[in-house]
Amino acid sequence: MTTVDYSKDVSLLAHLLRRASFGPTPDEMDYAVEVGYDNILKEFLNPKEADLVPHDMIRRYHVAQSDLRNQGAAYWIYRMLMTKSPLREKMTLFWHRIFATGWAKLIQHRPILNQIDMFRTHGMGKFDDLLIELSKDPSMIMWLDNQDNHGHNINENYGREILELFSMGVGNYTEDDIKETARAFTGWRVVNPEYMSIKMRNNTARPYGYMSWQFEYDDEDHDKGLKTILGQTGNWNGEDAVRIICEQEGTAKYLARHLYHYFVEDELPVPQWPHEPPRNPEAIDLMVQSYFDNDHSIKAVLGTMFTADFFKDIPARYARIKSPAEMVVGALRLAGPIELPSMDLLAAEDACTNMGQALLNPPSVEGWQGGTEWVSTGAYVQRVNFVSKVLSDPDKIGLRNIIDKIKEKASSSNLTHTQLVDFCLDILGPLDVMDSTKSSLNKYISRYPDLSWSDKSGSDSFDEAVVSLIQLIVSSIEYQNA
Amino acid sequence: MKDKKLVVIQLSGGNDYLNCVIPYNNSNYIDNRPNVRINENEVIPIDSNIGLNPVMQPMKDLYDQNKVAILHGVGYPVPNRSHFRSMDIWHTAEPTKVGTEGWLGNAINQMYPKHDNVVAAVNFGAGLPRALVAHGAPVAAVTDLDSYGFLNHINEENNRLDALSAFKDMYAQAIGTGPVMDYLRQTGLDALKGADILSTVTSEYSSDIEYSMDNSFSKAMKGAAQVLQADIGTRICYTQHGSFDAHTNGIALQEGLLKHVMGGIRDFYDDMKAANKSDDVIMFVFSEFGRRVKDNGNGTDHGSGGVAFVIGDSVKGGQYSEYPSLKYEDLLEGDLRFNLDFRSVYSEILEDWLGVDAIPVVKGAYEKVGFLT
Repeated sequence: MTTVDYSKDVSLLAHLLRRASFGPTPDEMDYAVEVGYDNILKEFLNPKEADLVPHDMIRRYHVAQSDLRNQGAAYWIYRMLMTKSPLREKMTLFWHRIFATGWAKLIQHRPILNQIDMFRTHGMGKFDDLLIELSKDPSMIMWLDNQDNHGHNINENYGREILELFSMGVGNYTEDDIKETARAFTGWRVVNPEYMSIKMRNNTARPYGYMSWQFEYDDEDHDKGLKTILGQTGNWNGEDAVRIICEQEGTAKYLARHLYHYFVEDELPVPQWPHEPPRNPEAIDLMVQSYFDNDHSIKAVLGTMFTADFFKDIPARYARIKSPAEMVVGALRLAGPIELPSMDLLAAEDACTNMGQALLNPPSVEGWQGGTEWVSTGAYVQRVNFVSKVLSDPDKIGLRNIIDKIKEKASSSNLTHTQLVDFCLDILGPLDVMDSTKSSLNKYISRYPDLSWSDKSGSDSFDEAVVSLIQLIVSSIEYQNA
Repeated sequence: MKDKKLVVIQLSGGNDYLNCVIPYNNSNYIDNRPNVRINENEVIPIDSNIGLNPVMQPMKDLYDQNKVAILHGVGYPVPNRSHFRSMDIWHTAEPTKVGTEGWLGNAINQMYPKHDNVVAAVNFGAGLPRALVAHGAPVAAVTDLDSYGFLNHINEENNRLDALSAFKDMYAQAIGTGPVMDYLRQTGLDALKGADILSTVTSEYSSDIEYSMDNSFSKAMKGAAQVLQADIGTRICYTQHGSFDAHTNGIALQEGLLKHVMGGIRDFYDDMKAANKSDDVIMFVFSEFGRRVKDNGNGTDHGSGGVAFVIGDSVKGGQYSEYPSLKYEDLLEGDLRFNLDFRSVYSEILEDWLGVDAIPVVKGAYEKVGFLT
């Protein structure tokens, strides 16, 4: 049997790379075409163990970079740029958007980067395991005050949010379930926090970084009475609460809808979910089924989603507005590889913030809504300015590569204006644009009368033309979408 | 009323009413707050029962000049204790169903039905609060007024102008390709136009007022002063500060943030006064809810019923409504019962200040509070 057609369909592959990765680079696209849809998806779903220089090696040989680990968002962006397992990294972003934790309350970046590492390890595993790891995560414990959730005096913050925001959403539980869940998590705390915070403030030990908080379970502070959570009564501890939560249909639906919203098509803002049906109820049902058929495996649900027609079909293409992280990382990956982490990445962190997504510092525990909420006039200015600026230097390796590939593709050492527009759109995706956009691009590029590169001055002017055109393409309406 | 301007200051995360405007000698306050309480000797009294948080001296000074209306017990029926939902209720003025339109977005559309004033409202900060969102209502969102402009990395001016005109061409032509694309298209065009207008603001601003604090809130308030003094047609400025979500470390966290807020409010007031424009601007300060009456040991959990402030030269200073009862039997699930519907406050601001119809926004007729002169 021959390979099925879709496997080599470049538009579909570009669609997959916009969603499961950070948008295609020409090299990524070449590779995807070579191995085909199913194989690239398999690689994405089964990421390599480690995909960059280990932290200790970075610290040993690139001491300045340890400081970058105190600039958590910039460091994370570095990981996004370098990764060979982009879906795993997209999933860390996905979980950060839902389990939104902010460093500002923790004063330090290290525990929250450990949380992101935890998403990297468990983000495509069994959902129960992820929620248990989350409940034990020191930055989450501090963020939602489980540190102050005592057997004799509950603090209901974590109990509320694990139900409202992290698993099933409003409408599936009662205020009593919140209190009972909070009781189940009493005694889940961080080791010796007073000592840790003094140690942290007195820290002089850079570049070794701050203290790392550790989880501990304090049995004496745990409320051992009977609890009724979502109708089940017993002497529940946190693990039991997670088990009960993960058995719920509501949890599977909420998770499926989040994944659909993040990977397939922009949904309504989350607060409207209890009141409005999903855009595609059949898709949600299919993913819910996959969740229960595969022992709550997130990877299985992702596999179901990425191979389903609702993902591959034309209406899903460009049906999401790119998040700031996708905008920023996509542009930087396109501009060319970054060999080592550097403080230049702070500019990328700022760009995400100015576009409305301050990584590791979400606006609230609700994280970000996505969709049209990414776009306001101010954010628009930032999106266009950052991406077009990143792609303004023809000597950046990625852009040089793009220019060379365009030259290779041409049959002689010149191109017509319409050819250049087509080639650029092709190599940036392929990116499908409206006819009106294409005609504007054609009109714009005619400011360069001669598009030949047989001599040095012609070649420089050709490079300039390509780069100006690319800057305009990434400023287009179409490029705002993934 | 075309010259009346509103600055909205959102205290995100739930500002603790009890430790902001303090019933300092109320025995229920003392009993319920064994740990998270401001001592009577630290309170800045405004009368024999109520005082302000120790960091609120700047507001006390304005209060003494009758420029501050303290609105007690503001809330809505059936309080929601989710940050998200409660803030949404304040933003959309829809306590019982999920609203899609922001209260100020609706006001902007009433003021400019042709959507032709792209700087009618300016938000300072990343993203856009839902309060400002309504279909067709253009809102400028500014993170840094000093560097606000399109494609400003292109140094050669002719190249930049060519690129801008190509951008405009691309966006102007893309009509009728679905609601999301239309939204992107319109936002892109509005951004272009707004950037042009706003880029002139900082260069024309001159003031002797030094903003005393270096933080994002102070920067936002200075930005608001710059925009409002430039007379470019901006009617609403919006910004937020937080997070006031003090489940732990209650007192220090709230005081730190309130200190920022006080500094920004005071400097903004002085700046507008010095520019002779303080008659035309009011500040409205609110939070999505107050916090639980009983403390949790080190902080406070989510509550209901809160306090809001309206500040300015056109405000009749004083206290409005009443401090809700702190008696156990009067509480609602441990929280203060509201006694002033926030839609009353909105109605007065909308009709008597911004000059638009309140009923379509708050979906009914609410008795006004009377804090405007």
